[in-house]
Amino acid sequence: MNGLTNPLGTSVGKKLMMAVTGLAFCCFLTIHLAGNLTLYGGKDFFNSYVEHLHSLGSLVTLAELGLLFFALIHVLTGMLLFYQNYNARPARYSVNKRAGGRTLGSATMPYTGVILLLFVIFHLMNFHFVDKTNTTTFQLMSNAFASPVYIFIYTFAVIIAAIHVSHGLWSAFQTLGANHPKYTPFLRGLSIVFSVVIGIGLGFIPVYVSLLR
Amino acid sequence: MTKNINVTLKVWRQKGPHVKGGFETYPATDISTDMSFLEMIDCVNEQLTLDGKEPIAFDHDCREGICGMCGAVINGRCHGQEKGTTLCQLHMRHFSNGDTIVIEPWRATAFPMVKDLVVDRSAFDQIILAGGYISVNTGGAPDANSIPIAQEIAELAMDAAACIGCGACVAACPNASAMLFTSAKISQLALLPQGKPEATSRALAMVNKMDELCFGNCSNERECEAECPKEISISNIARLNREFVKAGLVSVVK
Ligand code: HEM
Ligand code: SF4
Ligand code: FES
Repeated sequence: MNGLTNPLGTSVGKKLMMAVTGLAFCCFLTIHLAGNLTLYGGKDFFNSYVEHLHSLGSLVTLAELGLLFFALIHVLTGMLLFYQNYNARPARYSVNKRAGGRTLGSATMPYTGVILLLFVIFHLMNFHFVDKTNTTTFQLMSNAFASPVYIFIYTFAVIIAAIHVSHGLWSAFQTLGANHPKYTPFLRGLSIVFSVVIGIGLGFIPVYVSLLR
Repeated sequence: MTKNINVTLKVWRQKGPHVKGGFETYPATDISTDMSFLEMIDCVNEQLTLDGKEPIAFDHDCREGICGMCGAVINGRCHGQEKGTTLCQLHMRHFSNGDTIVIEPWRATAFPMVKDLVVDRSAFDQIILAGGYISVNTGGAPDANSIPIAQEIAELAMDAAACIGCGACVAACPNASAMLFTSAKISQLALLPQGKPEATSRALAMVNKMDELCFGNCSNERECEAECPKEISISNIARLNREFVKAGLVSVVK
C-alpha cells in the first residue's frame, strides 16, 4: 500500500484526489440537473422520473455510496489542504493586490466548499431521510418551497455551488495535467458556462415550484 | 523625460528572525525617474547612514534582471506592478510625485526572515538538490546535434529554463506554493532527452522535498504566472502533474 499512499499523500497527490472527486461531483450535478428539469414537464412527469430512478434499486444505492465515499475524500482532503496552506503563510501581507490570476471562485474554494457541505446535509435531511410512504417527492418539494426561507436557502446554496465549480471545473483539468493552448481557454470558458447553467438551472427550481402552487 | 520626484516609503523593518518587525516611514526625496527601484533604496540608505541609522537590508546582485537575487512586494505586487520585470529592473518612472510606496519582504513559512527585506530562500536550493539535475559522467565533448531535438521542444525547455529562482511565485501564491518554480525546474529537464532517464525519480523526489519544506499546495490560482518576472507558464505545472502521475502511479520505480 505504501507505493500508493506515498504519492497520494503528497501535495500533488492530494490535488489529484480533489480533482477526480470534484469532477465526479460535476458529473453528479449534471445528472441531477437533467433529472430535475423534468419538473418543467409537470408534476406527474416529475414523479414518474423519481419512480423510474428509484426502480433502479441497488444501482442507486451503489451510486449513493460512491458519492458518499468521494464526498469524504473531497471534504477531508480539502480541509487538510486549507490547513496546510494557511500554515505555509501564517504572516499575511499588509497590502494585498491581485495580479490578475485569482478569481472569485478560486479565492473562495474552502469557504464555498464548507457552505456546500452544510447545505448538502440540510438538503438530504429535507428530501432523503424522510418518510415518503404517504406522499410524493413533488409534494415534499411543494411543501418545502412554500416557505420563502427555504427558497432563499436553496437559491443561495446553488449560487455558492456555481461559484465553486466556476473555478473547480477547469482547475481539475489543470491538476490532472490537461493544459494546452488549444483547449485550456475553452475549458476556462466551459467552467463559467457550466456554473451559469447549473446556477440558473437548479437555482430557478425552488422559485418555479413555489409559483406552481 | 527625466525628472525628479519625491515619494514616501513604508518599509518593513525587522532586526532578525525572531524579533518583532514593523513598518517604518522614510521620505525618498529628489529621486530621478531614471533610477531603478534599488537605486532609489540606495539613496534612502545613504541618508539613513548619514543620520546614524541602520540602512534597509535587501538582497541584490546583478541588477540586470538575470540573477534572481532581488525581490520584494511593492504595494501588494511582487517585483512591483510592471509585468515581466524584476525589482532591479523596475524604474522610478512608473511612480508619481507624492506616491506612498509600501515595501514588504516575501512572506512564506519556507522562506524564513533574515533581516528587513531579506529572506532565506535556500529552500529552493534544497529542491534542486533533491533532483533538479542530470547525472552525467564527464568525458569527451559530444558532437553538436548528435541528439536531435525538435525546435518546439527546445523552445519549451528554454522557456522553462528562464526561471531565475527569485521566489516571486511563492510570494505571490495565496498558498505560498512552490509549484511554479519546481515545475519549471522539472520541465526544463523532462522535456529534453538528457533529462528523461531520471525523470521519474526526479519528479517524486522534488515534489516530496517541496512538501517537506512546508510550501503550500497549489490550487491553480494563477497568481504566480502573473507575477513571475520571467513569465513562466502554468502549463509547466500541468507538466509536473503529468510527470508525477507517470512517476507515482504508473512507473516501475518504487
Ligand atoms: C456539489 C458539490 C461539489 C462539487 C461539484 C465540487 C467540485 C470541486 C472541483 C471540481 C474542485 C477542483 C479540484 C481541483 O482543483 O483539482 C473542487 C475543489 C475544492 N473543493 Fe469542492 N466540490 C463540491 C463540494 C465541496 C465540499 C462539500 C467541500 C468542503 C468542505 C469542498 C471543498 C473544496 C476545496 C477546499 C477545494 C479546493 C482544493 C484546492 O485548493 O486544491 N467542495 N471542488
Ligand atoms: S518561476 Fe518565475 S517567479 Fe518563480 S522563481 Fe522562477 S523566475 Fe521567480
Ligand atoms: S538583482 Fe539580479 S535579478 Fe535583480
